[in-house]
Amino acid sequence: MTATPGATPTIVLVGHGMVGQRFLEALAERGLTATHRVVVLGEEPRPAYDRVQLTSYFSGRTPEDLSLTDRGFIEDHGIELRVGDPAETIDREARRVTARSGLVVDYDVLVLATGSYPFVPPVPNKDAAGCFVYRTIEDLLAIEEYAKNASTGAVVGGGLLGLEAAGALKGLGLNAHIVEFAPRLMPVQVDEGGGAALLRTIEEMGLSVHTGVGTQEVVTDASGAVTGMKLSDGSELATDLVVFSAGVRPRDQLARDCGLTVGERGGIAVDEQCRTVTDPRVFAIGECALAADGRVYGLVAPGYEQAETAAATIAADEASFTGADLSTKLKLLGVDVASFGDAHGTAADCLDVVYSDSRAGLYKKLVIGADGTLLGGILVGDAEAYGTLRALTGSVPPVSPESLVLPAGAGAGAALGPSALPDDAVICSCHNVSKGTIRGAVTEHSCTTVPEVKKCTRAGTGCGSCVKVLGQLVTAELEASGVEVDKGLCGCFAQTREELYEIVRALRLTSYRELLDRHGREGARGGDGCEVCKPAVGSIIASLAPAIGASGYVLDGEQAALQDTNDHFLANLQKNGSYSVVPRIPGGEIAPEKLIVIGEIARDFGLYTKITGGQRIDMFGARVEQLPLIWARLVDAGFESGHAYGKSLRTVKSCVGQTWCRYGVQDSVRMAIDLELRYRGLRSPHKLKSAVSGCQRECAEAQSKDFGVIATANGWNLYVGGNGGATPRHADLLAQDLSDAELVRLIDRFLMFYIRTADRLERTSTWLERIPGGLEHVRDVVVHDSLGICDELEKLMRAHVAHYRDEWAETVNDPGKLARFVSFVNAPDTPDPVVSFVPERDQIKPDLPLLAIGLRPADDVLEGSAQR
Amino acid sequence: MTLALETTDLKVQLQLADGWFTVCDLSTLVPGRGIAALLPDGRQVAVFRDRSDRLFAVDNIDPFTGAAVLSRGLTGSHLGRPFVASPLLKQRFDLADGQCLDDASVRVAVYEVRAR
Ligand code: SRM
Ligand SMILES: Cc1cc2nc3c(=O)[nH]c(=O)nc-3n(C[C@H](O)[C@H](O)[C@H](O)COP(=O)(O)OP(=O)(O)OC[C@H]3O[C@@H](n4cnc5c(N)ncnc54)[C@H](O)[C@@H]3O)c2cc1C
Ligand code: SF4
Ligand code: FES
Repeated sequence: MTATPGATPTIVLVGHGMVGQRFLEALAERGLTATHRVVVLGEEPRPAYDRVQLTSYFSGRTPEDLSLTDRGFIEDHGIELRVGDPAETIDREARRVTARSGLVVDYDVLVLATGSYPFVPPVPNKDAAGCFVYRTIEDLLAIEEYAKNASTGAVVGGGLLGLEAAGALKGLGLNAHIVEFAPRLMPVQVDEGGGAALLRTIEEMGLSVHTGVGTQEVVTDASGAVTGMKLSDGSELATDLVVFSAGVRPRDQLARDCGLTVGERGGIAVDEQCRTVTDPRVFAIGECALAADGRVYGLVAPGYEQAETAAATIAADEASFTGADLSTKLKLLGVDVASFGDAHGTAADCLDVVYSDSRAGLYKKLVIGADGTLLGGILVGDAEAYGTLRALTGSVPPVSPESLVLPAGAGAGAALGPSALPDDAVICSCHNVSKGTIRGAVTEHSCTTVPEVKKCTRAGTGCGSCVKVLGQLVTAELEASGVEVDKGLCGCFAQTREELYEIVRALRLTSYRELLDRHGREGARGGDGCEVCKPAVGSIIASLAPAIGASGYVLDGEQAALQDTNDHFLANLQKNGSYSVVPRIPGGEIAPEKLIVIGEIARDFGLYTKITGGQRIDMFGARVEQLPLIWARLVDAGFESGHAYGKSLRTVKSCVGQTWCRYGVQDSVRMAIDLELRYRGLRSPHKLKSAVSGCQRECAEAQSKDFGVIATANGWNLYVGGNGGATPRHADLLAQDLSDAELVRLIDRFLMFYIRTADRLERTSTWLERIPGGLEHVRDVVVHDSLGICDELEKLMRAHVAHYRDEWAETVNDPGKLARFVSFVNAPDTPDPVVSFVPERDQIKPDLPLLAIGLRPADDVLEGSAQR
Repeated sequence: MTLALETTDLKVQLQLADGWFTVCDLSTLVPGRGIAALLPDGRQVAVFRDRSDRLFAVDNIDPFTGAAVLSRGLTGSHLGRPFVASPLLKQRFDLADGQCLDDASVRVAVYEVRAR
């Protein structure tokens, strides 16, 4: 089959990776897709995806999440994309490419974006079963499959990718080893001091590191499967699986075969316009190209710049690529490592400013030029300042370099905000976005949130390391342009929920009225508050009750008047005015005797029963005056409130786990019960849900929960910020391979930090996306205790656990409170006649009253109200 | 609506066509929280007390759902006007004149109430 070029000139792109995709976008932006036929030949079975975030596959991102393109883009621009059909030969004379499928395409312009291949050292048995590389989604799928029957894994190569790969193996439940030939980890990015700090941190995470040794041979068993590795110091390392991550090499074979010039150590030689030095009709971009400055760049940002350059050149715009920054930051493992600019101090006359505390795993170095210019640096253990420092590179910092490396609180330590940066400072190096462009997004394009600015400028959508600075800039710019963002909770309070929490905690305020009269807005003081702030403050007081000396019982005194209707009746109001009752069934485990009790109660009171989505049983149709009678029987049988009504812990779902399931690796039911009992009754900004799965198969759906736990061979992985509901979100991995005690401690801290800083009715998912620094910040605070508040967070949780009492039992035992549970104050024995039922499928359903306003014309119906 | 002094033996009373109808002791009414009362003709009334001990009474039926639940809503004040928010779909009703603050075409009946 031959495709004949029509009147329109043809651009052929070989390789649909990250840079190839960016090149297509650059073509489209310049209108070239309209004037040219564009044919793309891709080798992988799927369109371009985010290779940089590849490892996040192991923390729940699916291949679809990683995709960088969609059918819409490809179709709208008439691009002919062929996946799984690599280019096999190029005939430059005839200007013709032949693909594996036999397709022949004639080109006017050819762009090679074939990327790199992982280098595998030529050791014996390197292709044995159990040997892998780490580059594509297919590689990950293969590793994941093989790891199911493995217990130990080794990574050859202790560079950036090697560490990511090792973290992934650990996440798969393997004992992970790293073998690095150089005397330290990440030899390209960090120096000796940084390497020492890094080593300490990595080893503390339970990974075994072997530096200064080479791999000599892969050892196999009779079937040819990997059993170990022989190292250059004569030792042998037993392992079931080997991942080679010993660097990459440009994929230039296709170019060599058609006579294009390649560099001595590989890479297709191009000029500053990314045109091959051999053939003006052929371009090379990304990791396969040897740039005009004599380097092959192994990072995505320079590749993107090359893609722009090539597209601009084809469009006859002026553009050139003369070199790029090599800043990097490790994304996984919960380790902060970053290097930027001239990290190793190669410039003449430069000086180092170093702060090092190897006990704490901290190492920070700045390289300063003779004239005071910041040239580069290395940060290990605390990369907080990375975004700002990287952007300052090339200029003289406004404060002394010493103060930039000293930890905050150590006297001279100065936190340099992004406001100190000049407008041309590059904030996002992945997409080369300057501070000026980001400010423009706010001032000229009226973006008011980080997600909007991301969309508008692309900043922050690559490796993500600049998102923190981005958030600070957006806020600063909004404030500067006088956008009065009223962050107040409601018409009564100008403070946010977080601020009110701090006020209540610091002043030990136990009264809503006092808070309103002293801290409310001018016009609201002395008033009755509103339906927004009353429950919010009620929840704050309840969360802090033991710490501030308030009653832990939500129906006590003034607190009763603050509770939302459901909390006030300790049950869920239904559409006809009746209530539903949900006893707690921790972990979803229930003995037959208790099942029978629930059945009997439901039968005796004529309640409708249903298994909920939270692994427990809901009984519907109770009248107010029946509630205490129902609770009394439930409490007698050993049940307590399930808080189905509260902004508090709902359920901790479990899967059956190790005890019964053939795949389970831990006792997920026991852990779910422990967690549910620990956090029951905890009032929070919104409801909290959790689940525990006994293995990676995830039958408990833990990754859709506010805090989810998945068992590994070595302990537990903790995920946070998941959500079902209207805007589902997969939870993020917070920490791996935790012991029982470590897991509980981290959850204690996480929940208390959330309760302290979240907005009203903000689930952990939205909170995590909103707060500056996002997941990384939360990890810093709760795992590394960067704010020094973890002791206090744990103390608050201990107090909650110690003071927990069942609200139902407390209410049935308090005659004063019981008097409230009547339909009519003046006729306590008369049931509400509006509440009535009719039969349905052997049970009951509400018999709904006829509505006077149900007769209004349909277009006049209030949004959200039911019409019958 | 009337101002009342707080003493424990005061009774909350509603004005009906044939005179004042006693509902309960004033002390059973918690400021900021309502209660429901059944009238001799079968109608239901939601009675409230605010923090300055002013009393209010409106029909207990939520006109948007037909359920007799307004007494169970959260109360508040906006620019000095007292209101209750329905616990079901959260529409707010002015306690003094029964006007729905979220839909000008809807109003609930109000009753005169006193403590004595
Ligand atoms: C009873 C139950 C449905 C069922 O028959 O299975 C239920 C019923 C209600 N859900 Fe739910 N949800 C129930 C499981 C869920 C689940 C599944 C789960 O927990 O695994 C979800 C999705 C998971 C999640 O929350 O992330 C769920 C997501 C919601 C949401 C959306 C939350 C969100 O973040 O978007 C709401 C609305 C809200 O909370 O603002 C909601 C609200 C409600 C309310 C409270 C609505 C209301 O105000 O009346 C319902 C009243 C409960 C009642 O009267 O007892 N329900 N709801 C389930 C009770 C579980 C339990 O045992 O406690
Ligand atoms: C795990 C991992 C983590 C990384 N982390 C970072 C990071 O934090 N920061 C950073 O800047 N960079 C990072 N990188 C590097 C980054 O992914 C690359 O720089 C980037 O993908 C290069 O883009 P490319 O398009 O040149 O190559 P690729 O994305 O590799 O795309 C090349 C494509 O061409 C295809 N191809 C090859 N030959 C042919 C042929 N003959 N015909 C058709 N198709 C062909 C390949 O199959 C591939 O799909 C990471 C890489 C990995 C693997
Ligand atoms: S998550 Fe794993 S252990 Fe739990 S039931 Fe599913 S397969 Fe079994
Ligand atoms: S620097 Fe990588 S996304 Fe901005």
